[in-house]
Amino acid sequence: MASLRETLARTRQSFFGKVQALLGQSNITADTWDTLETLLLQADVGVATSTKLLERLHQRAKAEGIVRAERLHEVFKHELRALLESPPHATPPSWEKTRLLEVILVVGVNGSGKTTSIAKLAHWYQQRGRKVLLAACDTFRAAAVDQLQIWGERIGVPVIAGPPNGDPGAVAFDAVQAAFARKADLLIVDTAGRLHTRHNLMQELRKVHGVLRRAVHEAPHHTLLVIDATNGQNAVAQARGFTEAVGVTGVILTKLDGTPKGGVAFAIAGELGIPIHFIGVGEQIEDLEPFDAAAFVESLFE
Amino acid sequence: MFDTLTDRLQAIFDKLSKRGVLTEQDVDAALREVRVALLEADVNFRVVKDFLARVRERAVGAEVHRSLTPGQAVIKIVHEELLATLGEGGKLDLGGPPPRVILLVGLQGSGKTTTAAKLALHLRKQGRRPLLVAADIYRPAAVLQLQTLGKQINVPVFAESDQAPPDIAQHAIRQAVQSALDVVIVDTAGRLQIDEAMMQEVEQIKARVRPAEVLLVADAMTGQEAVNIADTFNKRVGLTGLILTKVDGDARGGAAISMRAVTQVPIKFLATGEKVDALEPFHPDRLASRILGMGDVLTLIEKAQQQFDEQQALDAAEKLFNARFDLEDFLAQLRMVRKMGPLGELLNLLPGMREVTRQLSPDVTERQFKRIEAMICSMTPAERHNPDMLNASRKRRIAAGSGTTVQELNQLLRNFREAQKMMKQLSTNPRMRTMLGLVQRRRPR
Repeated sequence: MASLRETLARTRQSFFGKVQALLGQSNITADTWDTLETLLLQADVGVATSTKLLERLHQRAKAEGIVRAERLHEVFKHELRALLESPPHATPPSWEKTRLLEVILVVGVNGSGKTTSIAKLAHWYQQRGRKVLLAACDTFRAAAVDQLQIWGERIGVPVIAGPPNGDPGAVAFDAVQAAFARKADLLIVDTAGRLHTRHNLMQELRKVHGVLRRAVHEAPHHTLLVIDATNGQNAVAQARGFTEAVGVTGVILTKLDGTPKGGVAFAIAGELGIPIHFIGVGEQIEDLEPFDAAAFVESLFE
Repeated sequence: MFDTLTDRLQAIFDKLSKRGVLTEQDVDAALREVRVALLEADVNFRVVKDFLARVRERAVGAEVHRSLTPGQAVIKIVHEELLATLGEGGKLDLGGPPPRVILLVGLQGSGKTTTAAKLALHLRKQGRRPLLVAADIYRPAAVLQLQTLGKQINVPVFAESDQAPPDIAQHAIRQAVQSALDVVIVDTAGRLQIDEAMMQEVEQIKARVRPAEVLLVADAMTGQEAVNIADTFNKRVGLTGLILTKVDGDARGGAAISMRAVTQVPIKFLATGEKVDALEPFHPDRLASRILGMGDVLTLIEKAQQQFDEQQALDAAEKLFNARFDLEDFLAQLRMVRKMGPLGELLNLLPGMREVTRQLSPDVTERQFKRIEAMICSMTPAERHNPDMLNASRKRRIAAGSGTTVQELNQLLRNFREAQKMMKQLSTNPRMRTMLGLVQRRRPR
């Protein structure tokens, strides 16, 4: 066991940092490719996406006659970035006011960080001059509404809530009415965490989505899925499940502070064509950043 | 696409000549697929490597020669090694002078607070007198969440404002002694294992309360990072066990293997749902099957057995596979589904069944169910066995008799035919046949 633990300790260094060390050296060998695959897999990029990335890199290396590892390095970064930028409509929600009332629906599995992300999101928009209103539609989890209300008080954003175990659809409806009445221009809707395999809960989410759609023209204008960056391949299943139910338009990748991870973003963008819009990088209210593919890839190589 | 490792291996061995003996190359070909399956299940890369080396050592050699088919032999070895890695499920060790302390640690969002309440309920049911301690002073409303849960399960919750978590924990023990409570469950704040200040805090809590159990609460969906999480927490606070949460989703749960491999501490519980009683003991064989993508056949059987007796189960399975499926069966199935929860959820436990279940279990609400039941019960036995004989006059009679309309009846018949068609497809699916064989073999005599 000791040797295994030592090996594991070694992997704690940045995976992609090792790519750089590896690629920085010399000519491309069979080892180069093996190590590349290992590194992708260890960053949770997943088997399918890793294979696809490497095949493409192989083709390019051959077609462009790449022999030096440094050059491969650049091409690799380019490919990674291209994959992240491949989804159509990859532009994040704009902070500019584009309509009377914009609605953002936030969904995700339990414990992914929805409520905290919503507080950060509300703050982010508020800082940019938007008049924000929050809807606490997680009527299920104990004290979820209180959690959002505390955040709301801290950042000075009103929160519309209903009774515990009430109908989330009704809360959503009330929130829309309140948003119009208070002339808010952005409504962010928090929902209860649910596993994408729970049929009934996904039906409930569809209902909230339906209520919003009927209450506001073309709403929800963004449906953001919150994904825990420490999750592995199941994140792809989450993205697929939520997209089928309510048409996810973008992802907030949370808990990205710390060691390089979140490689599953490549699979989500590559396999499902869903862009990453924001990343959560800490527990403070400012710890939300718009996703920047180039910076994301660069940070993986640091 | 191959859904399961078993399928993949079958495909490989189909290509090989029927030698009955595995060469090194055969084993390596098989292990490449095992590797992909394990990686897709989120088992850490290094752990996979180590694991495959052990399997390879066992597979290339005598054991393989004795086996019936090469595919089965490899699967068997892989399965056994997985079981060995996962180890037996552990029990809580709460002997000694009360109050005994359980410290729950883990990342944000792994499910500590909910698990704390589940554990408290579990212990209360065993006749213990637990006290829940809200030592998460950071997340807004975390204390309130625990208090609300405590009220639901009728377990006291200790909370203090304006105190540091190590003090809160220590005060809670004093409280437990005064109130003659014998187990103290400390719910701590979520923390990343690289957050030095927070890791020091949890060390301080541990030093103050001297817990009998330090349990890492970990999300079953965790990826490659699982090794670092488990390893760091283990080094800092000395874990005594793991609790795997959100197991009711479709994550393969390979993180469990990674965490076991680095910590060597037993998995003590699985959290399987949002309700406060959704806490189960850990069965290594089931998780092993799930990680390999063999489906949780045992759980399925057990779940079914709880609801209807074995003979009924066997009959239902046989009907399912013989495609002798009439409206009686359709009704029986709907009734069964009502008792067991959605059929989809059950079938989802089986590999490769997701697509099928989506079409097989139309959303039947309670109200719709009553109407369907009324319609079928308004038919004669002959009509139920042979719905084709339903002409316009019979349909009018049934609609009138059940208080429904002919349109509804037609809709029911359409749904029934869809289901019937699906059953036929299933019955001709060799994988399903094998699975039935597997099911029957595993049934206790």
